[in-house]
Amino acid sequence: MISTDSRLVASVSRLRPMRSLYAGNATSVMQRGWLATRSSNWMVILSGFFEPIFYLLSLGIGLGSLVGTVTTSTGQAIPYVAFIAPALLATAAMNGAVYDSTWNVFFKMHFAKLYQGMLSTSLGPLDVALGEILLALLRGALYAVGFMIVMQALGLNLSWWSILALPAVLLIAFGFASFGMGITSYMKTFQQMDWINFVMLPMFLLSATFYPITVYPEWIRWFIQAMPLWHGVELVRGLTTGAISIAMLWHVLYYLVMIVLGLVLTTRRLRALFLD
Amino acid sequence: MPAPVIAATNLVKKYKDFAAVDGISFEVAPGESFGLLGPNGAGKSTTMRMVGAVSTRTSGDLSVLDLDPNQFGPEIRSQLGVVPQSDNLDSELRVRDNLIVYGRYFGLPLSHVKARADELLAFAQLEDKAKSKVDDLSGGMKRRLTIARALINDPRILLLDEPTTGLDPQARHILWDRLFRLKEQGTTLVLTTHYMDEAEQLCDRLVVVDKGTIMAEGSPAALIREYSSREVLEVRFGSEKNAEVAGMLDGIGERVDVLPDRILVYSDNGEAELVRMTERGLHPITSLVRRSSLEDVFLRLTGRSLIE
Repeated sequence: MISTDSRLVASVSRLRPMRSLYAGNATSVMQRGWLATRSSNWMVILSGFFEPIFYLLSLGIGLGSLVGTVTTSTGQAIPYVAFIAPALLATAAMNGAVYDSTWNVFFKMHFAKLYQGMLSTSLGPLDVALGEILLALLRGALYAVGFMIVMQALGLNLSWWSILALPAVLLIAFGFASFGMGITSYMKTFQQMDWINFVMLPMFLLSATFYPITVYPEWIRWFIQAMPLWHGVELVRGLTTGAISIAMLWHVLYYLVMIVLGLVLTTRRLRALFLD
Repeated sequence: MPAPVIAATNLVKKYKDFAAVDGISFEVAPGESFGLLGPNGAGKSTTMRMVGAVSTRTSGDLSVLDLDPNQFGPEIRSQLGVVPQSDNLDSELRVRDNLIVYGRYFGLPLSHVKARADELLAFAQLEDKAKSKVDDLSGGMKRRLTIARALINDPRILLLDEPTTGLDPQARHILWDRLFRLKEQGTTLVLTTHYMDEAEQLCDRLVVVDKGTIMAEGSPAALIREYSSREVLEVRFGSEKNAEVAGMLDGIGERVDVLPDRILVYSDNGEAELVRMTERGLHPITSLVRRSSLEDVFLRLTGRSLIE
């Protein structure tokens, strides 16, 4: 009997911290975001949609006519524009998610005091984190769907596996959004926020986006392969070009870990900041 | 006396070595209107945050609605209404949507929240602003909207942190009127303020807080009776001469306080003290007899003014 009792107490006390973190009501935070976006942020969303398409047209079709074909990491020769399109798709998902989870979150945290208000209701920090991150994810998905339609129209989806690029892109957006929000919680000034761009831009340009990773010497390759975007680019490129391999599961795992770590980090930070 | 809705015993909150709240004990009965009066930095807001279950105490006991805020934060917060010191309305949403969205944070059904939002807009006298942007509202309207928002979940306790700071006199009176109605309806109010007139208007009972501890407790009238006289005579002799004159006031009033700009003489009859003063050949530049207020109580207890 004693062991049953102590097990019960143990399981209750294990449940408790979760209950003070999460009320199961992340949807109310998403609804709020949707309502706010509807009234104010349409232009930003539109610009984020067109950005990768401009890259695709200028670099893919313009530069691509000079480059011709490229050999992928799996040894397949494909047109240059089909090589960079999946990379731009992964980047678009990243950018959408990062914009929402960094700049928007920064503003809400420091100027609008939005989270302070939310956390004086029955919401927990995980509700707020999940709600904001899922909304960022939705935005990443919106960009991705638009871009995939353009890719389809230009004949750049080389395989039926392409359809799986959509969930893959969601995974990428989820990873970046949950991590981005956690990182942003440490930022105190606009100057610090610029560091995010300082990391994002080189990552975009160097993560085997515009040329195969084989152009790098070994040690740079290791470094690039540690960065999250490279995993996203490889995953999506494998799907849209139909070069499927078991190794792709590593990319998926990379993002799953990133999501979990990001959620834990964000929840802890929100609790430290607003429920001290 | 019915069981208290808030009970604090030796409540302490430390930030590193600094004790913002240093052993506060008080109880609040259901339906009571309870105030924490004190200057900026006295520890009022920190106490409110602990009661509001958004800050964990360092030591001591605290029970809000019979629950421990350190463990049952969400359960407690679902039954509280919170009006923070600075407005944190959602400026990306319209006025009515602010209420609806906030109600949804409590997990309340949409139809219920919509109906309640319209009632509360009427209560806050903001019906014709339902579709306005928050940033277009005046300071007083924003405060009323914040109070309406705090009522969306029909809270058992309403926590108000400096509810009228920064408002003009007319807006303050409208707000007091609304709060008084809530009090009449039986809502438990807990408010912090550094305005004595506000405390006198709204509080059944209050504690005077300074440097994280409670200096005195009672109803406004009882505190004035205990720590001050019925009337106060304020005289000014010019900032150079006040201190010099103060030495010549022996035997006048029950007690004399010298402030940089004026002398306060505590007495049950201020006019009579003024007459005695002029009989001694002391002629103040200005003189004023008024009733004692909580400001005088605070000065007596701490030797400092409330608003410095």
